[in-house]
Amino acid sequence: MMLSHLTTMFRRCQLGRRAVIAFPLIWLLLFFLLPFALVLKISLSEGAVAIPPYGPLVDYADQTLSIFLNLGNYLFLLSDSLYIAAYWGSVKTAFMSTVVCLLIGYPMAYAMARAPARWQLLLLLLVMLPSWTSFLIRVYAWMGILSNSGLINNLLMGMGVIETPLRMMNTQFAVVIGIVYAYLPFMVLPLYAHLTRLDNSLLEAASDLGSRKLNTFIKVTLPLSMGGIIAGSMLVFIPAVGEFVIPELLGGPNTLMIGKVLWEEFFLNRDWPIASALAMVMLLLLLIPIVWFHRYQSRELEK
Amino acid sequence: MSLVRRRPHFSTVMLIIGLLFLYLPMAVLVVYSFNSSRLVTVWAGFSTQWYAALFRDQQILSAVWTSLEIAFFAASMAVCLGTVAAFVMTRFGRFRGKTALSSMVTAPLVMPEVITGLSLLLLFVQMAQLTGWPADRGAVTIWIAHTTFCSAYVAVVVAARLRELDSSIEEAAMDLGSPPLKTFFFVTLPIISPALVAGWLLAFTLSLDDLVIASFVSGPGANTLPMVVFSSVRMGVSPKINALATLIILTVSLATFLAWYFMRRNEAKRQVILQQEDAG
Repeated sequence: MMLSHLTTMFRRCQLGRRAVIAFPLIWLLLFFLLPFALVLKISLSEGAVAIPPYGPLVDYADQTLSIFLNLGNYLFLLSDSLYIAAYWGSVKTAFMSTVVCLLIGYPMAYAMARAPARWQLLLLLLVMLPSWTSFLIRVYAWMGILSNSGLINNLLMGMGVIETPLRMMNTQFAVVIGIVYAYLPFMVLPLYAHLTRLDNSLLEAASDLGSRKLNTFIKVTLPLSMGGIIAGSMLVFIPAVGEFVIPELLGGPNTLMIGKVLWEEFFLNRDWPIASALAMVMLLLLLIPIVWFHRYQSRELEK
Repeated sequence: MSLVRRRPHFSTVMLIIGLLFLYLPMAVLVVYSFNSSRLVTVWAGFSTQWYAALFRDQQILSAVWTSLEIAFFAASMAVCLGTVAAFVMTRFGRFRGKTALSSMVTAPLVMPEVITGLSLLLLFVQMAQLTGWPADRGAVTIWIAHTTFCSAYVAVVVAARLRELDSSIEEAAMDLGSPPLKTFFFVTLPIISPALVAGWLLAFTLSLDDLVIASFVSGPGANTLPMVVFSSVRMGVSPKINALATLIILTVSLATFLAWYFMRRNEAKRQVILQQEDAG
């Protein structure tokens, strides 16, 4: 270990060391991990007309301790096809968006990594800049472009290509466009990071040995940028599954996505136990992608 | 010189198309903010009336102020938390709870916002029941929520810098008798300060931008800018929002341009110094 010398020096002052570790650890345990335990708890409670709107899990009355574990919320999710359709719709839409992001983002990152050095910073800033403006406003931009009286329809009808406006708003197509548009920078960034680190001599060696360009790309470049592909895809796919703003603004009432359903259960129906159960099932679905992402990310963090 | 012009590489074409895809919708927003018609999609002549309307809108103005305040404090706290977390993970070797810490640092990067928002709200409600705090939700609860997820981004940015940094400088300081705390504040921090600035700015924009988590953990009192914009946008397109969008895009572009200018100048300076060293 390169750091071992430094590490032993830090080890010498045990108390200070513990205090330094405790600061972020306790904050995150309290405000990140503990809340999940509460979601699990509320998902097992019964809805009630009260403030807050759920029943207790543990009750002590007449010298008897009763513990209620209400699986009803989960059974309800399974019995109603609306929820299953919403989960499926989310996974499908997120998957399609991730694939489109990858197909656009990979060549972009590749071109950036091959660009002359003095251009690279500028290109990187150009790709990232939209993500520093406002997510909400960038989704809003597509409302004006895709709607029936929007820019595309006006343009096409003005040119006489179509007679009646194309219905693009409130479709899955609009949601996919919105997700691709909003998340593309997060796909390009890790891909670019991996592709710039790519050792050029490997590519030269492949070409010296007579490998064709496409062959070199498939056998050398692609496998070596796999970490970037996985990180980028997870950065798009996982948040997209739970996306609320994009299906709400571009998907309309016809597109079922689980983030929107959860929002409505919580804010409109005030059914906190069902909303919690929906969140727990979503977390379960995303557990494998999240662990996968974490493994690549922590390899990056610790190496 | 060959007479046949070299065909541009496929990836270069895609880069141009991708950048057009990213910038055209924003350009449309800007153009239509100067439209005199209420309809965002029909051009009826140049006008700045929507900017005037925007600056008369008290609800939006006070929301801007609330958002800036929350973002400032959330970014500042996130830099403290994230830097310590990054330092602990890159410099402390093994310790109990390391896996837990590194999982909790990377998970917020991808966690769907509805889950984070809901879980934090449930925490605040339970805490209020048990301890009486927070009695009502608002700016403080949003600040805690934003600090938590922003610190994850800061930790990733700072950890990347700490890994690149040669630890022998810190070792040298400690070998010469500087205590660890002093070494951290007078050796490590100054070297990684550009990463701290980058992390702070990233956290600041993330906090300014968040709608979902803030909606969950906010109370009746506090309305952030995204919450106000969202309730207006839900009703359909409105030129006032286009004017706001234009101002946001302008500010971010200006800040990015300045950052680019200074980074390029620093790089040029470094090149000159390197060349002088080579010559001398």
